[in-house]
Amino acid sequence: MNEEIIDVRGETCPVPLVETRKAIRKASPGEIITIIGTHPASKKEIPMAVEAMNLTLLEISENNGEWRIRIKA
Amino acid sequence: MTEKTTIIVHSGDFDKIYSALIIATGSLSMGMDASLFFTFWGLERLKKNGIDKGKLSRMHMLGLGKLMVKSKIRKAKVASLQRLLKDFRELGGRIIACEMTMNIMGIRKSDLMEELIDEYGAVGAYVQEARNSAVTLFI
Repeated sequence: MNEEIIDVRGETCPVPLVETRKAIRKASPGEIITIIGTHPASKKEIPMAVEAMNLTLLEISENNGEWRIRIKA
Repeated sequence: MTEKTTIIVHSGDFDKIYSALIIATGSLSMGMDASLFFTFWGLERLKKNGIDKGKLSRMHMLGLGKLMVKSKIRKAKVASLQRLLKDFRELGGRIIACEMTMNIMGIRKSDLMEELIDEYGAVGAYVQEARNSAVTLFI
């Protein structure tokens, strides 16, 4: 299974959300995408976008202000 | 039906172009469609190399205020207008240029970034977009 990593650490609104959307558009159905970032609002917004697009949120974790979100396209 | 955001970009001010492009790319990113209808002073920003040439809507101070804001934007690592425009197109956003404004202001297609423009339209084009939009804004 392919796994795409999107590194948006240090990026701010709206880049993490935009880069996530770009990755989702390119992904084949079922592909796993991991987004790594530091922008606090995006940690809440990416799951909202995932839900709105009927995709699967697999995992959210955070360590020292750096979060990881894993989703299934 | 996919939800849609339609924005009338009437202002050509630097900060308002930011608002329009961030809301529009944000909408696309959240899974919606998005259209931008550029009219009046907003259309100036579709001229070649014009996207970041607007004044600040407040505290422009002959360009000094804008320089300060641009420097703060860079320091805060906020994306440039060029990048937001590119992202907007890449995520499937539509751009409509107001033909009436082009006539009034003597703007020719060749003055504009034609490669970005999907349609040259009038009020009917906006209404058609807006009637199917969950969000419509005038900026």
